[in-house]
Amino acid sequence: MSGAEFVPLSLPPLVIGVLAAVACALPGNFLVLRKQALIGDAISHVVLPGIVVAFLVTGVVSAWPMMIGAALAALVAVGLIEAIRRLGRIEPGAAMGVVFTAMFAGGVLLLEQSDTSSVHLDVEHALYGNLESLIWLDATGWQSLWDPVALAGLPDELLRMAITLLVVGLFTWVLWRPLKISTFDAGFAEAVGVPTGTVGLGLVVVSAIAAVAAFDAVGSIIVIAMFICPPAAARMMTNSLERQVFWSVVFAVLSAVLGYVFAGYGPLWFGAANAVSAAGMIATVSGILLGLAAVFGPCRTRSGAPVA
Amino acid sequence: MFWQAVTLQLGYNATLVMLGAACLGVAAGVTGTFLFLRKRALVSDAISHATLPGVGLAFMLMVALGGDGRNLIGLLLGSAVSAGIGLLCVNWLTRRTRLAEDAAIGAVLSVFFGFGIVLLTVIQTMSSGRQAGLEGFLLGSTAGMLWNEAMVIALGGAVTLALVVALRRPMTLVAFDPEYAAATGRNVAQIDLAIMGLAMAVTVIGLKIVGLILIVAMLIIPPVTARFWTDRTDTMVVISGAAGGLAAYLGAAWSAVVPSMPTGPIIVLVSFAGFVVSLLLAPNRGVLAAVLRHRRFQARVHLRQGLLALAQGQPIYERYTSRILQRAGLVSADGVATEAGRARAAKALLDEKRWEIVRADQAMEGAAALYDGMRALETVLTVDQIAEVDAKLAPPEALA
Amino acid sequence: MAMTLASLDGRSQAEDPTISPLAVRGLTVSYGEKPAVFSVDMTLSKGRMTAIVGPNGAGKSTLLKAALGIISPLAGQALVHGKSLKSQRHRIAYVPQRASVDWDFPTRVIDVVLMGLQRELGLLGRVRAHHRERALACLDRVGMQDFADRQIGQLSGGQQQRVFLARALSQNADLYMLDEPFAGVDAATERAIIAVLKSLREEGKTVVAVHHDLATVTEYFDDIFLINTRKVAEGPVETTFTAENLNKTYGGRLAMAQIDQLELAAG
Repeated sequence: MSGAEFVPLSLPPLVIGVLAAVACALPGNFLVLRKQALIGDAISHVVLPGIVVAFLVTGVVSAWPMMIGAALAALVAVGLIEAIRRLGRIEPGAAMGVVFTAMFAGGVLLLEQSDTSSVHLDVEHALYGNLESLIWLDATGWQSLWDPVALAGLPDELLRMAITLLVVGLFTWVLWRPLKISTFDAGFAEAVGVPTGTVGLGLVVVSAIAAVAAFDAVGSIIVIAMFICPPAAARMMTNSLERQVFWSVVFAVLSAVLGYVFAGYGPLWFGAANAVSAAGMIATVSGILLGLAAVFGPCRTRSGAPVA
Repeated sequence: MFWQAVTLQLGYNATLVMLGAACLGVAAGVTGTFLFLRKRALVSDAISHATLPGVGLAFMLMVALGGDGRNLIGLLLGSAVSAGIGLLCVNWLTRRTRLAEDAAIGAVLSVFFGFGIVLLTVIQTMSSGRQAGLEGFLLGSTAGMLWNEAMVIALGGAVTLALVVALRRPMTLVAFDPEYAAATGRNVAQIDLAIMGLAMAVTVIGLKIVGLILIVAMLIIPPVTARFWTDRTDTMVVISGAAGGLAAYLGAAWSAVVPSMPTGPIIVLVSFAGFVVSLLLAPNRGVLAAVLRHRRFQARVHLRQGLLALAQGQPIYERYTSRILQRAGLVSADGVATEAGRARAAKALLDEKRWEIVRADQAMEGAAALYDGMRALETVLTVDQIAEVDAKLAPPEALA
Repeated sequence: MAMTLASLDGRSQAEDPTISPLAVRGLTVSYGEKPAVFSVDMTLSKGRMTAIVGPNGAGKSTLLKAALGIISPLAGQALVHGKSLKSQRHRIAYVPQRASVDWDFPTRVIDVVLMGLQRELGLLGRVRAHHRERALACLDRVGMQDFADRQIGQLSGGQQQRVFLARALSQNADLYMLDEPFAGVDAATERAIIAVLKSLREEGKTVVAVHHDLATVTEYFDDIFLINTRKVAEGPVETTFTAENLNKTYGGRLAMAQIDQLELAAG
């Protein structure tokens, strides 16, 4: 394929997909180790009511209000889950199930009841996004990468996703040790003065930021899959947290690239004319990678792990 | 209109759907109780999302065989098969790898759902797929349902409910105490499998009404609601079933009257409303009751500690303790014990001394186990026993 | 006693040797409506080893955790060197129960020991060679230097316990709080741990441990704190570890025959 076709049509979605995948996989490592993997699932469900309410309040479909609405909804959900868990003494899984289904149901209902037929806002879009539509019309080929005029026309999602990844990366880097200690041994962390509650909340907030930004670009499916599958697969590859995070990034990038390529070009190989959902395919590839790691990974089981 | 719907006067199809939904709601509430008690509530989330590829593949298979891809029974069978595979994947990942169950659930639900979406986009490009309406399975839709489809749901709901009722005893036993159940010769793995199988049946039958994203709510919210009202497994099963059935019935009725209201979300929100009321107002485990009780309890603890400190002439370290004592009129504003305060303090100290005797006495082990610093000895021992304790208490005191 | 009380009011400025390294006052902790620890006072003596002893469910670990601020009490307070816990955290080293963490966590032995340096390293401080050397020295002290690069999941129970002790050593504190350090460890580990604790005492540090084995109390500890929801007795082992006090602590749960076998102080 020529650069003239690849750069405007495939490069931006590919890069956005990679950025989104990595931004979710990084906090996912800690969520998986803390047995909070399904927080990602809960957050990605409550994004829908968040954007619907944002639309009803502002009356416009534009990225920033919706992202803020989604982020607020994520925080409300996390607060409710904690409240139900503590006040009602309900186990976290069930508390999560109550909150995210109820909020999602509320979102669907609001959507159906309000007049959103004129705007592009629907449940399907929230679920599997529209990665393929994030094209760069100003590009004419590889040379456009050095052309400031053309670069100005890059999809907004690209910049937003890049900033998000930066925020997530900074958070992980700065709070690496507190995150590690409080994940491994919360009691000891508390005893040496690490504010475990704040660190835990920070992790959830950063996950929510990653989820909301990624959701805006690529839909909820990728968000859940990338929070869990690459870190879970990486867990089977190594016994060192540092290397696990590295592997999770590798798996996230691989899932995004292979998934996008298979979705766009795979059907052509089988003689079909139309591409399939890139978001769905990225999730599928991440699952296949996880499956491979679970069967062949050097550190896949709890006992008898080999010496690192 | 709503009243007509509730009293089943809204046409044959709507009635069937409502009755089916109610059966399903009861079955979901009961099955969900066992999932909840086994701490596996969110496994249902993996099951439900894992149905999607099955729906897609069943459609494609039926079309390939020259049939109508939209046959509900075929689609539901397909969804059951892929949900079963998803469940096996969760179990395999949890047992055979170092992943915890939550990560396994999340991985399976996202991957299966993603693959399902891929299949849906494939179907959309098929000539017969444009009007397949498989998206309806995401959120459920009962509008324009055919008679035989409504029949499938009503029958399916009734059969699931019958199975749940038939299996309730062994399931209760396993949920309450799996080790005891195993010791009495029950096959715990098999009963667990039955619980999962029923959850799967509820999910599959509920797909058309509630949709796969929200069906988990029917399995999770009613048991959590019921938990606030009782500490007994069998009562919880009944309350949960009733709550689930009622929410499904009212939700289906509401959406039958207002067709623009999608059934699934309405059922979930009715159910959620019941949960919120229970969370706040339930008499024992409810938040309001718990907060009041905790504050009363904290005041009692401080009062007791304050009295003991007074009796032993120790300083009172915390301001809250002094405030409580003052408010009860046991110390004056300058921290000196009043007459009533001295009497109460002496009684508290006597209580402690008596307890000390009781706790050192092997014969009173049963009573001693109840000690928590707060309990009055009179509630544990008879007057005669207390006299016995006092007899032991007196001599050394007299000697000193 | 008068000195201690004066310091509670924050009047004393300089470090007074008579000030207890850890003083707990009127501590009540409750899970639900049943206090696990009720109105407990505890005063540790500097430079001594104290055993917290009591039956299962008597609130031993709860007392330790509440004193460390890991769980919040319903009433009461803990003073470290006469000051608030918060200002004195750096002077406390903590060894939690071995079973309280997931040993499948992806990390190496040396990394766990380095966690003890968290306060010193701060948020962005990098682990330097001298930190690593200190961590290795701590591992050496518990006889685990050869395991520094091992994945923690591969350790035996006793080895895990030694790693936790090495982590506490790296904290360079003067009050060591250990939660059941001898639970489920092999005899060699038990000897190694007690040797380290005794050497800490030689250095003038204070040690307090939740302890289960009545048979070793006299051999291992200087002081004993007997608890069963309430404090039963506290003081030097020679005078406090008596049949009468054990009876008060354990009630009927400790058979007379068992008590007879112990090396007890004259009651």
